[in-house]
Amino acid sequence: MSLWQYVTERWDRLSLQAWLHLSGVVQCTILAAIIGVAVGIAVYRSPAGSAVATALSSTVLTIPSFALLGLLIPIVGLGVTPSVIALTLYGLLPIVRNTIVGLAGVDPAVTDAAKGIGMSRTGVLTRVELRMAWPAILTGMRVSAQMLMGIAVIAAYAKGFGLGSEVFSGLTRAGSANSLNQALAGTLGVVILALLLDGVFVLISRLTIPKGVRD
Amino acid sequence: MTTSPTADVTTSDSPGVSGAEIRLDRVTKRYPNTSAPAVEEFTMTIPAGKIVVFVGPSGCGKTTTMRMINRMVEPTSGTITIGGEDALHIDPDRLRRTIGYAIQQAGLFPHFTVAQNIAVVPGLLKWDKKRITARVEEMMDLVGLDPGTFADRLPRQLSGGQQQRVGVARALAADPPVLLMDEPFGAVDPITRGNLQDELLRLQSDLGKTIVFVTHDFDEAVKLGDKIAVLGDRSSIQQYDTPDAILANPANDTVAGFVGAGASLKQLTLMRVRDVQYSSDEVLTVTEDEHPATVADRMTKAGRTYALVVDARGRPLRWVHVRELAGRSSLQQAGKPVGDSVSTQSTLQDALEAILTEGGRAVVTGSRGEVVGTIDITTVTDVIAGVREEHGVGEAG
Repeated sequence: MSLWQYVTERWDRLSLQAWLHLSGVVQCTILAAIIGVAVGIAVYRSPAGSAVATALSSTVLTIPSFALLGLLIPIVGLGVTPSVIALTLYGLLPIVRNTIVGLAGVDPAVTDAAKGIGMSRTGVLTRVELRMAWPAILTGMRVSAQMLMGIAVIAAYAKGFGLGSEVFSGLTRAGSANSLNQALAGTLGVVILALLLDGVFVLISRLTIPKGVRD
Repeated sequence: MTTSPTADVTTSDSPGVSGAEIRLDRVTKRYPNTSAPAVEEFTMTIPAGKIVVFVGPSGCGKTTTMRMINRMVEPTSGTITIGGEDALHIDPDRLRRTIGYAIQQAGLFPHFTVAQNIAVVPGLLKWDKKRITARVEEMMDLVGLDPGTFADRLPRQLSGGQQQRVGVARALAADPPVLLMDEPFGAVDPITRGNLQDELLRLQSDLGKTIVFVTHDFDEAVKLGDKIAVLGDRSSIQQYDTPDAILANPANDTVAGFVGAGASLKQLTLMRVRDVQYSSDEVLTVTEDEHPATVADRMTKAGRTYALVVDARGRPLRWVHVRELAGRSSLQQAGKPVGDSVSTQSTLQDALEAILTEGGRAVVTGSRGEVVGTIDITTVTDVIAGVREEHGVGEAG
């Protein structure tokens, strides 16, 4: 059976897995963005805080994903929960770092003027600083999303969601009928989803980055 | 104290004044972990509707002092009142909306258009949309930017000078009585800076705000200030007086060092030809169609060796010496053309320049270019001597 036949025959299951994979990655990226931007806002004014936050989130990235899942399973059990926790943690670093860099890179004269003409602290943050740091934050989210696409495959190990289960079962059944097709379908599916999501990010940045901040 | 003090103060001075008086009383700023305070016991009254320039070396605390007025820097002790109102006991964000603020790099919001930048403070004060739109146009006209051309531009599409104009427009948009300016023209080229200074003076003559202006450029201080405060270490006031008085009589060596060489020359930029006693009858004017013989006759009678040939409208043409007249049949082409002349509007510095190039005496012209007299080097030196005497130079104590 060719790969094409395999995919068309099992389209229902594969498309559902693909959808779950995509939606899981997007949700984890959004969760990582919410936490990451909040952490970034909390620490960007203090060099020490920024260093600690960046170091901590880099440390997470050095833990192999298998190991992290393995550590999480005894604590939260199998299923979606350990996958979501692991993906969100992995997604944090690029977002935290880019938020800090983006916020710290805002021209001090602009924030000084914003405060000086009477904008409140929140006003300065939401109307000026975050708007100007947005391109950097969005880039961080884009990098995270790409990374999570791949890491989410490993989540199948913890009985998580997505195309990972195709890849894994294809690999464990190596040699039997259609095992190669199954693994390939899963892998190519991830690649296609990653490209699609990247395209969406390009579109979002076109639509949301103010003209005066764009390079 | 209970009834709106701002209103009383702003109307008390003169009709053209919309500014409010600022009083700083023993204001001190001490940063943690430093032995000496950044600003120590600073006491000053800034009169309503005047431009007061803080000038001093880098790091003397002049900017810190200014920033305490809108509490961008929180004073450690002391009191600050603006128009009689205690500035230290109002919400800082609300206080800042009533104080214009313009800084060196302009600090425009890069993601806002020019119009949106100017509209920020009225927006914070919750003006209605129509009023904001009208105000933005008015402000753009005021600073010399055509609303049709510039309203929708982004700051990065503007030159440095234009950005500064938008910065000033944004600072003035909500019509604050007080304007703080921190080296606003420091980052633009000298020609643009000169233009912006002239425009600020023009604006101020209409608006009558109380302006606190920080600079390290003494010439800028002399040009703009109604009063200058020369500040030393820890923002200590070395001298607080009119530019005239500081130039004529620096209070101490620090001030003298800051005034620098050429105080008398700077003094000359403060005075205009119309303000001094130039001679209006010293010069013998003749028209081109007079006969040289008659002219020679008149010159001998008046005891002059030179006469000034003028055209039909009385504008200066040439100087003729009595010797050149002999044997001529007409005054056409006779004599040496007048090079540099000065108008009654010119500064004495311009006049001095003209005197030097013209060889001792320059023609003074009126508003239509007609000759109204001449000015010579003695007039200039007398004026300088007069000013120095007035401010007590050379007196003991």
